[in-house]
Amino acid sequence: MEPLVCFPEHVPPVVGAALRECGLDFRAAPSGEFADALEQTATKDGWAGAVVSATDDLSRALAFCRQLRRREDPVSPLLLVIADDQLRELQLRDDLFDDFCVLPSRPAELAARLEHLLWRAGRSTAPDVIEHGPLVLNLETYQAAVAGRVLDLTYMEYELLRFLAAHPGKVFTRETLLSRVWGYEYYGGARTVDVHVRRLRAKLGEEHAHLIQTVRSVGYRFGQPAWSPVPGQGGTAGSPSTSGSRVGEASTAAADGVGTARRAPLSQ
Amino acid sequence: MQSQRDYVLRTVEERGIRFVQLWFTDVLGTSKAFNITPAELENALDEGMTFDGSAIDGFSRVQEADVLARPDPKTFQLLPWHGRDETVAAVYCDIFNLDGTPFEGCPRHTLRRTLERARDAGYTFFVAPEVEFFYFADADAAAGPRPLDAGSYFDLSVDDRSSEVRRRTVLRLEEMGIPVEHAQHEDAPSQHEIDLRYTDALTMADTVMTVRLVVKETARHEGVHASFMPKPMAGVQGSGMHTHVSLWQGEHNAFADPSDAYGLSDTAKRFMAGLLHHAREITAVTNQWVNSYKRLVTGYEAPVHIGWARNNRSALVRVPVVKHGKEESTRVEYRAPDSACNPYLAFAVVLAAGLRGIEQGYELPPEAGGNLFDLSGPELRELGIRALPTSLKEAVDEMAESKLLVETLGEHVFEWFIRNKRAEWRDYNVAVTQFELDRYLPTL
Repeated sequence: MEPLVCFPEHVPPVVGAALRECGLDFRAAPSGEFADALEQTATKDGWAGAVVSATDDLSRALAFCRQLRRREDPVSPLLLVIADDQLRELQLRDDLFDDFCVLPSRPAELAARLEHLLWRAGRSTAPDVIEHGPLVLNLETYQAAVAGRVLDLTYMEYELLRFLAAHPGKVFTRETLLSRVWGYEYYGGARTVDVHVRRLRAKLGEEHAHLIQTVRSVGYRFGQPAWSPVPGQGGTAGSPSTSGSRVGEASTAAADGVGTARRAPLSQ
Repeated sequence: MQSQRDYVLRTVEERGIRFVQLWFTDVLGTSKAFNITPAELENALDEGMTFDGSAIDGFSRVQEADVLARPDPKTFQLLPWHGRDETVAAVYCDIFNLDGTPFEGCPRHTLRRTLERARDAGYTFFVAPEVEFFYFADADAAAGPRPLDAGSYFDLSVDDRSSEVRRRTVLRLEEMGIPVEHAQHEDAPSQHEIDLRYTDALTMADTVMTVRLVVKETARHEGVHASFMPKPMAGVQGSGMHTHVSLWQGEHNAFADPSDAYGLSDTAKRFMAGLLHHAREITAVTNQWVNSYKRLVTGYEAPVHIGWARNNRSALVRVPVVKHGKEESTRVEYRAPDSACNPYLAFAVVLAAGLRGIEQGYELPPEAGGNLFDLSGPELRELGIRALPTSLKEAVDEMAESKLLVETLGEHVFEWFIRNKRAEWRDYNVAVTQFELDRYLPTL
């Protein structure tokens, strides 16, 4: 998601805390001319929304809101943060904001309003989903399903599957997986990875066990290799499906990938 | 830790789980559990659940009865044998004192401590047990064990009910992500074996506990009784838990040395020497019941003598032949443990004995050729081959003298265990057995 724009430049602490609680990226609009300020900070995809605090200077804040609305690509949704005694100022200005929050307020309330606002605008931060063929991982709820069947995974199995599925086609050594997925607290050493892969394959079921492929004397890869054969060319190496740099993790990926793809054709 | 905790809480919410079972194990290897509701789970994860340990075997202490069960979120799993409308999950717990220090009676801590010693020496310890057990018609002790079939080793018979129960068990285990290497009908009627694929010892000890539960639950569901009793019937094989072990250094099997005639590294040989040297001391733990010693007798596949060999099933320590090019599967099989041991403590003492061999550089005696059962007493003595303890009493006496065992188990478990086992022996000693009635009542 794109960042949110915040006004004024000095974001009130409660607003900052709320934004961090939601895990939202935001940029403060520098003071000066509004239009310039916006263009200076805008990302190429624009803004996911805005949080405007009117507690310091109401009229400048409202002017900023107006500016946001008048753009060729109006910034929405817009949350207006006001003080208790500013409530009546909202009258006849409904077009300038999508929701408002009255200070003093707790960061949690502000965060909840912000999330709800973004959700209504279809900019919800959640649920984050990884989909790969029949496999669906919901990162928000920690649930995984294959071909519509919910998988009962332990935490480490889930984490391993999530890591692999987030990097399809990439080959990881056992040591890499161990350090990235397990961290330091483990008793099993590198062979732990084999054990968990075996368990995951058992749970995926025979039909889908091939989602996790063994790359001989290297490690494991999720899904198709980064270098896939062009369909109809009898398995000869074709154009890379992703940028070549992704193969960097293991040099044998390309060579092995062709062989693997031949065993498990793309068309299935 | 935070994300593991969130994973558990979120899964409970998403899957509509109504109860969470907190699992732990007493000193004798019995599964214990209490149920909590999802509402209590968050608190359990953050602070642990207080309970009175005085009723648990091996948990009682003089001053303080209360202990704390703290779930290990990595072990959280859904139990597939409950219906759709009653989803139940389970999580293994570590037991702590109220002040937050590890509780010395918790078998998971005991194993973890030994694994840490191995890790300090640069090793990870892998274990693959073969769990044997029987299916009987019921658990009626007075009527005696009644097998379901008369099948034997590798039999393929179509109407074998016990094989069908075993098949369901294996499917359920696979569903739970417990890979089964191999499952078969064993030698005796209604006796079965499930070989588990190797994993690190802590996970494997948890897994053995789960496997026993799944075997029993599935059997109960099918209206039969599964038993891990070491020797339920005289005249046929008992139920062992042959345990394949190996040490690894990173991705390298520290037991393998292709240039050696046996394919074994010096590390492996010293580990084996440690096992043989301390075998008599660790037997009370690997074979902890009066009945265990009815299995360790001549004439069956159970070991009696302390020796090692490659293709000799009478040996205590066996070195399975490894296929060429498969050096990474080099391992050592310790054949004494039975399926009714406490897997945490059994793996801990096996590892401790092996590590001691490595630390002290023990010399491995020569391979025992031929069938050790065929050798006479003097022949065995000449070869320097000792025998395993022949009774629980002998094993406990041996253990009571062992420094290795105090160090490995910790004083709390060590002393409680010896006290408990001496009491069991006393109870057995004063019982009048069926054997005595059959033999003496009619004639004396």
